[in-house]
Amino acid sequence: MKKIMILLFVSLFSFSVNSNAKSITLGWAAWDPANALQELTKEFTAETGIEVNFEFVPWPNFADRMLNELNNKGKTFDLLIGDSQWIGAGAVYGHYVKLNDFFDKEGISMSDFSPATVYAYSTWPKGSENYYALPAMGDALAWAYRKDWFDRPELKSEFKKKHGYDLGVPANWNQLYDMCTFFQGREIDGQKRYGAAINTERGSEGITMGVTAAMYAWGMEYENPKKPYDMEGYFNSPQAVEAVEFYRKLYEDCAPPGHSDAYMVANLDAYKSGQVAFQMNWYAFWPGVSKEDSDGRVSGFFANPKQNVAAATLGGQGISVVKYSDKQDLALEYIKWFARPDIQQKWWDLGGYSCHNDVLNSPSFPTSTVYAQGFLDSMGIVKDFWQEPTFVELMLPMQEAIHDYVVNGKGTAKEALDKIIEEWVEVFEADGKL
Amino acid sequence: MSVKKKFKGLSDKAVGWLFIGPTVLLLLAINIYPLVYAIKMSFTNFYANKIGREPQFVGLKNYIKVLNKEAIWEKMQVTASFMFWTLLLQAIIGLGLALLLNRKFKGNELLTTLIVLPMMLSPAVVGVFWTYLYNPQVGLFNYVVNFFYDLGSFDMIGSSTLAPWAIVIVDTWMWTPFTMLICLAGLRSVPNYLYEAAEVDRASKWQQFIYITLPSVLPFLLLALLFRGIENFKMFDMVVELTSGGPGSATELASINLKREAFEKWKTGYSSAFAVILFVTIFGFGNVYVKVMNKIKER
Repeated sequence: MKKIMILLFVSLFSFSVNSNAKSITLGWAAWDPANALQELTKEFTAETGIEVNFEFVPWPNFADRMLNELNNKGKTFDLLIGDSQWIGAGAVYGHYVKLNDFFDKEGISMSDFSPATVYAYSTWPKGSENYYALPAMGDALAWAYRKDWFDRPELKSEFKKKHGYDLGVPANWNQLYDMCTFFQGREIDGQKRYGAAINTERGSEGITMGVTAAMYAWGMEYENPKKPYDMEGYFNSPQAVEAVEFYRKLYEDCAPPGHSDAYMVANLDAYKSGQVAFQMNWYAFWPGVSKEDSDGRVSGFFANPKQNVAAATLGGQGISVVKYSDKQDLALEYIKWFARPDIQQKWWDLGGYSCHNDVLNSPSFPTSTVYAQGFLDSMGIVKDFWQEPTFVELMLPMQEAIHDYVVNGKGTAKEALDKIIEEWVEVFEADGKL
Repeated sequence: MSVKKKFKGLSDKAVGWLFIGPTVLLLLAINIYPLVYAIKMSFTNFYANKIGREPQFVGLKNYIKVLNKEAIWEKMQVTASFMFWTLLLQAIIGLGLALLLNRKFKGNELLTTLIVLPMMLSPAVVGVFWTYLYNPQVGLFNYVVNFFYDLGSFDMIGSSTLAPWAIVIVDTWMWTPFTMLICLAGLRSVPNYLYEAAEVDRASKWQQFIYITLPSVLPFLLLALLFRGIENFKMFDMVVELTSGGPGSATELASINLKREAFEKWKTGYSSAFAVILFVTIFGFGNVYVKVMNKIKER
């Protein structure tokens, strides 16, 4: 009986210790960088004794899950690494804690971080000094290619003979197209290969992120810089139309069969399985791609090619404290720790993309990995989708209209862009912006 | 204490209410209240994600907007086409299979079990694995089609012409066994003496089918189609996993569009109006259908 009592007492005691243990929950997407962050965070727990629980949501459900949580004032997450486009909603609807006072108190300066990332991940209204997140994960849409194929002398000479210039990193989208079509349907090592795995996903944001990589490079602007929300002639400019037409041509002539609803994972799969010469994807995946090069596969990486201008689609996220959390103090402690330059360096070393100037400006950074220079180049030319609180309402019609034109082959590019503007006007009117 | 003693003093009606009370309360809480709330919301410009913004009464504006939106009618057409072809195919194949399995042969039970397997799977899982079956490079579906007739490379879920058929095929594959089971129950309830009498009257097999089998099994078949019709009108998970409503909006059913309006765009008032319209549509069709079905039964 005595033994049973001791056992009961010990169990009860250990339960009360556990329930009193300091812990926070961090939400992010389920992908390689999240695993790196989990690894890095062990150091935080060792230093502070604060346990960090992670909830990683697969990308297709990420926005739905997190935004529903915020809209319902959920307390599941204390910290959230949310997409750049959410910052408007996070600030306007009061989901995120404003961090200015905390930054001032702890001596965290936003000038220590890359300006493009501070602008994109932290501020609302855009460019103001109101900070709702700390830049956590710099990212942009870029390209990986089969360097081992590109280095084959017979392919190099055949390409040069056909196009009059060297097979290598494409200088612009026209060259990218030439190279993709060069590989399309070609047999290499007894297997049929294809040109490029590009974003065509319909459900969340895939095709929009892909097509804007072309539209930005053609010089598309969302709105009149002098008259906000005036989109006519900007978003559907002749350059924008040409870019969308080009993207469709790229899909039709260069994508592998069945690549009609593809985003991050599908592009990775197509590339890793040796189907394609190029893949479009986020920098976040390059450490994994680079590490997994095997069986003769050698990957090269490059920033989004320019066409009329140099530009790239912004990805990446900032880390925010959720307003509805009961543990804001612990969450802020995590942000304070994460902002430290030494932690930021470790973050990069583990495969995360630090936005801290000490890391990015280090002389050894450009040569630290094969994709580091590309990352630096990209972060200087990034452009993002609308970051308005209504960004989901703005994203959905674009997904539908672009998919309808690019994959479905319905209508013209101009009609697709006009239709998007029509829907966007309705959204801005409902939001009182127009 | 005996039950009789405990309820002493309560009328039969009161005891009845006592038993059904919890269920009624539950129904009111999770069915009736949300329905009434949705109807109320449908007359407002409410956005569930815009915290602190009071909804304003807008009258019939949302209903007019839904009914005048060309895109909504496109989704309704897609839904109608999906329902028409799935119900037609499931009726024909389901009845055919039921007739086949109604005969006694070796392995009948095993075959029945194998045929009903698809309907035991989760629709989301079915959607995911059919994306692999439809893959133009490695998919079994394309391989089988090309084995019989060489069509070359074709993409079932990437083509606006083929994608609507892709979802019809998957739904038919999954739910024909349901129609078959109900029809089989109907077939097994037909008394044998009817066929014996028909034999005596020298009725051909075809006449036996037309004058005995079909009228007997028709109410069962109609009931199965009613269930499938209601299910397919709100079809969501399988199609989302298979095509996400694409390419473009070629397979975007009304329910998928409703989910996007309500829980992605958060147009709560507008989507409530859309939901009410869908509810009235299915409720109306359901009522008419049940009346027709009852008339057929009475004949």
